[in-house]
Amino acid sequence: MKRKLEISELIFKIISYVLLTAFALCCLYPFLYALFASISGRHAVEYNEIVLLPKAVQYEAFSWMFQQDTFWNAYSNTLFLTIFGTVWSLVVAVLGAYALSKKRLMFRKFFNFFLVFTMWFSAGIVPQRLNYLATKNVFHSVGIMDDKWMVVIAMGMAAMNIILLRNAFENVPGEIEEAAIVDGATEMQVLRRVFIPMSKSTIATVALFFAISRWNGYFWAKEMVSNDWEKPLQVYIRAKLDELVYDPETINYWNKNYATDSVIYALIVCSIIPILIIYPFIQKYFAKGANAGGVKE
Amino acid sequence: MKVNGSDYLVFDKEAGVWREDPEQAVRDDVEKHYWRNVGRAILKDWRLYLMLVPMILVFLFWRYFPMYELLRSFKVDGSDAQPVAEWAWKGFSNFRALLMGTGANASLSQDFWQALRNTFLLSFYGLLFGFPMPIILALFFNEIRSNGTRSILQVLTYLPKFMSTVIMTSLVVMLVKGATNTGGLTAPPGVISQLLTHLGLIPQEAANTGLLRSAQYFRAIYQVSGIWETAGYDSIVFFAAIIAISPTSYEAAQIDGANKWAQMRYVVLPSILSTIVIMLITRIGSMLSIGYEKVILLTNNLARDNGDVLTTAQVVSTFAWQTSQSSGSANGQPGIAAAAEMMNNVVGMLLVIGANTISRKASNVSLY
Repeated sequence: MKRKLEISELIFKIISYVLLTAFALCCLYPFLYALFASISGRHAVEYNEIVLLPKAVQYEAFSWMFQQDTFWNAYSNTLFLTIFGTVWSLVVAVLGAYALSKKRLMFRKFFNFFLVFTMWFSAGIVPQRLNYLATKNVFHSVGIMDDKWMVVIAMGMAAMNIILLRNAFENVPGEIEEAAIVDGATEMQVLRRVFIPMSKSTIATVALFFAISRWNGYFWAKEMVSNDWEKPLQVYIRAKLDELVYDPETINYWNKNYATDSVIYALIVCSIIPILIIYPFIQKYFAKGANAGGVKE
Repeated sequence: MKVNGSDYLVFDKEAGVWREDPEQAVRDDVEKHYWRNVGRAILKDWRLYLMLVPMILVFLFWRYFPMYELLRSFKVDGSDAQPVAEWAWKGFSNFRALLMGTGANASLSQDFWQALRNTFLLSFYGLLFGFPMPIILALFFNEIRSNGTRSILQVLTYLPKFMSTVIMTSLVVMLVKGATNTGGLTAPPGVISQLLTHLGLIPQEAANTGLLRSAQYFRAIYQVSGIWETAGYDSIVFFAAIIAISPTSYEAAQIDGANKWAQMRYVVLPSILSTIVIMLITRIGSMLSIGYEKVILLTNNLARDNGDVLTTAQVVSTFAWQTSQSSGSANGQPGIAAAAEMMNNVVGMLLVIGANTISRKASNVSLY
């Protein structure tokens, strides 16, 4: 049925377009601003003269940054934590969720409660820190001296992600599993050949959640890793911010032709570029995750 | 009817006689050998239980052991390096010091109540301003009929959600920083501060000292950056509820002469009400878990000389964090800090469970 738009509908439509466009630009603009400010001249950045395009373009903030060994080191640490952390979290979560999805699992209720209770009650950051200090000693005593491995193994597990996976596995039809078992498949084969292929999109979603939280991880990476050369990019960015924005001494004696802020903006750009590159391909999984995580009946 | 000790008789209607129930033997067997059968089931499916082991270890070590560390809240402060068991028991005096401390603990208690108040207020304003935003966005997204345009707008609004807290707070810190002294010259304050001064929303002096150094502006900055970060992503759930509404509902309303507002009021809102209620309850349930990371990063690592911002920014978890670590001449008080977190998290858990129970009763939807 094709009908003319009523005046109230038309007004609402126009308001929607205008406000949504404005909000979307607000979401995008800070990142564009960061890019422009990182390649603009010192005066333009310090006197807020950048609006829509960079001014007095310089690339020295980037080249200064690229010359720092500490920057590359931090970047490689972030890659290390993201790759190994995501793989570790995903393996643990998939195995656990698979077992929990089985109705025949004894004490299933108890295991589920064990998981869900951590969503209700968390000890808080002070006990967590004390606990990390204790487990760090355990790690050192078994010969894992690298704090990075400790971050990989101890951090980033979320009960919500396991529950998402468990629900996906529960939705795999039982007949397919039975058919596989009749054909002589072992438990691992059933998981690998049946359950994982059939829940691919949920697994991708959960993997992305893990990867993003690893890439963005800051607080515990800072607290748990004692050596500066093992710290990831987020910690490095914040340390540079403390040095170049909060410390008036540095700024007062700064004599380069780019602003101290440009260095931070350049670091921000380097940190978000990998996310921006893969973002268009993965955003549909995020939408899926938001819906699955929001409401479960 | 029980015959011969253990066998039951059931009445066979077709034959009109009492017979022994063949299933009862199995039932008795199951009951008698419960633990043996459990053992057999576990042995048969040992692979399944092996799969659970890594998950259980991770949660045990890094989720449950910290809860054991919370016992320090009942103990005398000692060194961090000592295990919980080596600290001496002290009873509830840490809690008393926090809740109604007098004398040496008066300022500690005052700071704790302030942190608790800030935690509540940050959550409450988040509920008041932050909660409706995604719903409004979802209603607007529904108006955009072109799928391409809508997808592009949606994807742009999700973007900030995937930036780290460090990136987000670094941007905020630089955009609202105070006037700086660079090489003898005074550069103006950050872009947003400057813009707000030009619009007459904040006085020039506040912009020059830096908005994040003043208690007055912290809550606004926290909420605005929070909305910017999450409103787009949170709208996904509401948008999914709106597009699930059948087009015939709209058509029926239109035939009845409903204009846009009437359609909103009588078609859209009732249809997404259950989603709204559930999200609201979840939100209330997590009221006390304010992100400590964001607070720490926005307040220059909780620096005490950073203006008076901590009087509105300090939340319970950051208060505990600061109390647990020694600063200057003052020793850290991890026992007191653990007590603060214990109270915060127990109340938080009660809120979650309460919210979940209400949700289950009200709408038959349980969140966990």
